[in-house]
Amino acid sequence: MSSLTKLTISPHIHSGRSTAGIMRDVIIALLPVSVAGVLIFGLRALAVIAVCVISCVGFEALFNLITKKDQTIGDFSAVLTGLLLALNLPANIPLWQCVIGALFAIIVVKCLFGGIGHNLVNPAITARVFMLVAFGSMAVAAFPVDTVAGATPLSAEKMPTLITLFLGNYGGAIGETCTLALIIGGVYLLVRKVITWHIPVVFILTVFVFSFFYKGFDAVSALSLVMSGGLFIGAIFMATDYVTSPATAWGKVIFAVGAGVLTCLIRYYGTYPEGVSFAILFMNILTPYISKWTKHKVFGTQEAVK
Amino acid sequence: MNKKNNLSVLLNGIIKENPTLVLILGTCPTLATTNTVDGAFGMGIAALCVLLCSNIFISLLRKIIPDSMRIPCYIVIIAGFVTIVKLLIQAFLPSLYATLGVYLDLITVNCIILGRAEMFANKSPVVKSALDGLGMGIGFTLSLCAMATIREVFGAASFAGIAIPFMQNYKIEFFTKAPGGLLVYGLLIALIYVITKGKAPAKTSFSCQGCPNAATCTIETCSKKGENA
Repeated sequence: MSSLTKLTISPHIHSGRSTAGIMRDVIIALLPVSVAGVLIFGLRALAVIAVCVISCVGFEALFNLITKKDQTIGDFSAVLTGLLLALNLPANIPLWQCVIGALFAIIVVKCLFGGIGHNLVNPAITARVFMLVAFGSMAVAAFPVDTVAGATPLSAEKMPTLITLFLGNYGGAIGETCTLALIIGGVYLLVRKVITWHIPVVFILTVFVFSFFYKGFDAVSALSLVMSGGLFIGAIFMATDYVTSPATAWGKVIFAVGAGVLTCLIRYYGTYPEGVSFAILFMNILTPYISKWTKHKVFGTQEAVK
Repeated sequence: MNKKNNLSVLLNGIIKENPTLVLILGTCPTLATTNTVDGAFGMGIAALCVLLCSNIFISLLRKIIPDSMRIPCYIVIIAGFVTIVKLLIQAFLPSLYATLGVYLDLITVNCIILGRAEMFANKSPVVKSALDGLGMGIGFTLSLCAMATIREVFGAASFAGIAIPFMQNYKIEFFTKAPGGLLVYGLLIALIYVITKGKAPAKTSFSCQGCPNAATCTIETCSKKGENA
C-alpha cells in the first residue's frame, strides 16, 4: 500500500524510532556490563548469557510458529529479555535452569498474555523471581563454589569496600556487580532519550535515604548498601521497561519511590537478602493503577462534574 | 435442563462443564491435594463417592426439603456422607488418610458438591442426578489427576510415587509448592478454554451465559436471569 493512501490516526509525525531501535539501544547499553560480567566471572558467564538469549529467541519463534502469529523476534525484545535474565543470574547456575527460566519469561509471562506490549509484568524480572522460588536450594549447591561466584554481599557478614563495589569484583549475579558499567549504560540510555531520569534516580535515592536512616546516619554503609545487590541493574534497566512502568513523570516518581521502599523493607526486614526484583514485580502489578491516578488532563477538557 | 438425555448429562461434567477447569469450583482441594498423583486420585474418588451419594439423596428428598431451609439440609446430608467416606478411608487406607488430612473433612464444604446439589439435584429426577454426580466426580478426578501428573512429574520427578530415573537431576521444586499449583491451574484453565472454544461457556460476554457460576446462581431478581436457558 502506498503511503499516500494510508489513513492513520494522529500523531502524524513519526520520530523515526522503532521498537527494534529502542531495544537495540538498550542492548548496546547493556554491553559494558556484559563485558564486565564476563571479565569478572569468566567464560562460564558468557555461556549463561548465550544460553539465555538463544533460548529466549528460540521460544518466541517457536510460539509464534505454533500459534501461527506474525514472527516477532525481529524486534530484538526477546534478545533483550534473554540478556537481562542472564545478567540477573549467578554465573554458576546450571544451564538447563537458564532454559527453564527463558521458557517461563517468554512463553508464560510474555507470549501467553499477547506478546510484546501486553505483558503485565517484566518477563526477565518475573523469570528471575520464578527461578529464585523454583531453584532456590539447587542453584548454590549444584556447582563447585569458586572464589568469585557466590552469594550476594547482602547476605555476607563483611561488606566489600566501596571501590570493589563500584568496579564489581565480588560475588553476585553476572550483571549486577559492576556499578561503573551499569552507570555507563544508564547514561547512554539517558543521552539517547530511551529512558527518563525519574525512575532510576528516584529509585536509587529512595533506597539510599532509607538505608541512611536504617544504618544510623552512616553515609558510607548506606552507599555500600546501595551499590550492592541488583539495585542499579534493576533501577536502570528493569524498572524502566515501557510496558510495565507508568508513562507520566509523576507516575514514574510514585513507581520508583514505591519500589525503593519495598526493596528496603524486603532487604532489611524480610527473609530474602535481596528485594529489588520482588519490589519491581510488585510495582509492575500496581502500574495500571498508578497510571490511572496520574493521568494527564487532556488539553481543553474539563473534569466530569459529579 | 431436564430435557437432556442421560448420556449428555453424564458427559457434561467431564468436559463441557468440567467442575474444576470450566466452572472453577472446588479450587481449594484442587490446589491443596494435587502435589502428588496419589493424593489427587484419592481426593477425586472420595469427592466422587460423596457427590454421587449426596446427589441421589438430595434428589430423593427434593420434594420434602423446604426451600428456605435447603442449604442446612444439604450440608447435613453431605456431612453425613463425608463422615462415612472418611471413616472408611481411615480404616482401610490409612496412608491416604494421612496424605489428605484435613482436606477430607473439607469435602463437606466443597463448592462442587453443594453447587451440584443446588443447581441440579434439587430439580432433577434421581437417575439424572446420579449420572450428573458421577460425571462431575469423574471430571473432578480427571482434572485433579492431570494437574497432579504435571506437578509431580516436573516438581518431584516421579509419578504416583514411582521415581522417573532420567529426571532426577532436573527437578523443579516450584511445581510442588503452592505458587506452582496456581500456575499449573491457570495454564490448564487456559488450555481447556482454547480446546473447547465454542463449547465451554463463553466468558467474553457478560450475560448469564458468560458467567461460570450462572448455573449455580440463585439471584432471582437478576435482570439477566433466563438468558441462561
